Amino acid sequence: MPEVRLVNVTKRYGKIVANDNVSFTIKDGEYVSIIGPSGCGKTTLIKNIAGIIKPDGGEIYIGGQLVTDLPIEDRGIGYVFQNIALFPHMTVWGNVTYGPRVRGWSLEETRPLAIEMLEMIKLGARSEAYPSELSGGTQQKTAVARALVSRAELLLLDEPLGALDVKVRTELRHELRRLVKDLKLTALHVTHDQEEAMSISDRVIVMKRGRIVEAGAPMDLYSQPMNIFTANFVGEANFLTGTITQISDEGALVEIGDSLQLMINSRDKRIGDRVVIAFRPEFASIGDSRIMNRLPGNLMDILYSGRIIRLKVKLANGDPIVVKKVLSFERPTFTIGDKLTITISPKNILVYNYPENLNTELALE
Amino acid sequence: MPLLEFSREGDAATSLIRLVNVTKKFGDINALDHINLSIDDGEYLCILGQTGAGKTTLLRIIAGLLEPDEGEIYIDGKVVNGIPPEKRNAVYMFQQFALFPHMDVWRNVSFGPVIQDWDEDRIKNVTFEILEMVRLAERRDAFPNELSGGMQQRVALARGIASGARILLLDEPLGALDARLRVDLRTQLRKLVKDQGLTAVHVTHDQEESLMIADRVVVLRNGRIEQIGTPHEVYSKPQSIFVTSFVGGASFIEGTVAKVDDSGSIIEIRGGLRTCVSDRSKKNGEKVVIAIRLEDVSVGTTSKDGANNFPGVVETAMFIGGSIEYEVRLENDVLASSRILLSDAFRAYKAGERVVISFHPENCYLFSYPKVGLLKEIEAI
Repeated sequence: MPEVRLVNVTKRYGKIVANDNVSFTIKDGEYVSIIGPSGCGKTTLIKNIAGIIKPDGGEIYIGGQLVTDLPIEDRGIGYVFQNIALFPHMTVWGNVTYGPRVRGWSLEETRPLAIEMLEMIKLGARSEAYPSELSGGTQQKTAVARALVSRAELLLLDEPLGALDVKVRTELRHELRRLVKDLKLTALHVTHDQEEAMSISDRVIVMKRGRIVEAGAPMDLYSQPMNIFTANFVGEANFLTGTITQISDEGALVEIGDSLQLMINSRDKRIGDRVVIAFRPEFASIGDSRIMNRLPGNLMDILYSGRIIRLKVKLANGDPIVVKKVLSFERPTFTIGDKLTITISPKNILVYNYPENLNTELALE
Repeated sequence: MPLLEFSREGDAATSLIRLVNVTKKFGDINALDHINLSIDDGEYLCILGQTGAGKTTLLRIIAGLLEPDEGEIYIDGKVVNGIPPEKRNAVYMFQQFALFPHMDVWRNVSFGPVIQDWDEDRIKNVTFEILEMVRLAERRDAFPNELSGGMQQRVALARGIASGARILLLDEPLGALDARLRVDLRTQLRKLVKDQGLTAVHVTHDQEESLMIADRVVVLRNGRIEQIGTPHEVYSKPQSIFVTSFVGGASFIEGTVAKVDDSGSIIEIRGGLRTCVSDRSKKNGEKVVIAIRLEDVSVGTTSKDGANNFPGVVETAMFIGGSIEYEVRLENDVLASSRILLSDAFRAYKAGERVVISFHPENCYLFSYPKVGLLKEIEAI
């Protein structure tokens, strides 16, 4: 029922265009996240959909109905903010049943809904607790229950996990997605955390400077991003620049600096084209003899994070790149200063036309 | 230089900051409970803990913004209890930084050096160098309200570093930044501190951040130090279920020791299944918890030699930037988790698929079953 459709939505703040002709559709039952650097317009967009602000241009449809001029309470949505906004003087039960109460629903009507919601979030036993007695994560779950108790079918989440500890945040991702899927809701989730968006959503929309840069399933966005900004924003990536010097049946040869060469699969390039190539640090390997793409370099630093290590390597042309590996019980035998050969298979190399301004493309803010 | 060995035990001779039996109560709550801690000159120390663990209290006590109820704080060998913050040679940086709104970036950052009357060239060099490091040299003429939140935070960081204080006390310094930017800035922050020869105490709830940035990590829980060590020690030799769960996470499986011999222990888990672990420290009949890191569990369609193999069904498969995380329901109803780098994944499995999980006995941590119950030790929410 609650398909969401935006047509050319525009919102300006003075000279700044926060949303610039944004159009997209969220299918019924879909979990969609919007990510982008701060100031990209993602929060403005979700507020437009909620009816908290009104767009300067364009239309918003929810479930096929034009809602651009409808107030928030008539849009059939549940809205959850980053700053947990529970009523401190009300119990969990009081908070969750607040919406139906002010709408004048009877207790008989409200009770089963509230009980069901509290069961869904496994808080049935804490219904008499006050917010101050609950952890941040539990408070935010209560806020979600409150947003949904009035039978809202569209859940709008504005950085819902942003105020929580990382560990709690990671665990609540699973619960939030499960809740949305079990209740067959449609969800739109705004976050600055690309990892959160990837793990929770069916589809991710990437925004920058008020516009949609790209949208797709998480794995596609990560593996085959269509542009440099997305490649950089949705995960760690190594970027190198070079020029196409040879084209053959196997692919094209990119010359990087004076001394490095890489084979790429891309066939639509021409000799002399300037390109940016990118690869994910986990797809690079050290001295894999089966791979012909070889980049000599020096180990500059080793960054350790649990079982994951990142090797920072300075290539022969001076560019730094990162190689990411999992160490199980063996310890690495590298030493800083070691000469290493980085290998990367052509199929794992992304290729882009050299942009007007590479720094702007790579800027995260 | 040996790899991954940053171990430097804090000893009195080199410690710049030392806390002895520091205790602080708020009403009935022990925010800090007899904390003993030495921080070396030039060390990057992270204090890691959940909300309410006492991390900010600890930092504020070092800064002099709070006085402890008991215990002494030494900086540079001298007791600093009762000495005001500005005389402690330490600068405390709040989560929400307050920049001077009427000053541009340059003047905000050079504020400390200017009032300390450094010579003009030195002020210029230091300010420029630090602005370069936080990647804001191009915005030197901008006013705070013209900058993004992340940029403002970096200006404040630059100002703290330029202040000339030897000790940087950082309360969630990357907390207000976008996730992607935060990851980028971790290594830079460490480099900044190291290049300037500063000592940093950095409070965070982000375990990955602490592992990547610190020389040593202090895991704080309910006002007490749960474990202290290098990132490698804390991650690879966690001393408790709590630390295993909080730093890195793991699958936790309850069981009973069925046999101990030369090669290790056999643990009987739910459904009468048996698991081999290399750890021989627990006694026959003892109730235990096995913990296995997500990265140490492989998922496939066949059993592996020399490993523990358990068939099960994929319950969830989640793609998380560069890795796939699986939850697998074993035949005895135990839920086990696995994390596999995308590049190492032979293929992706879908929810509902039958798989075999494997893990090596060497990669199993063994703990005594906690008195308060397993859930109490690992719950985060």
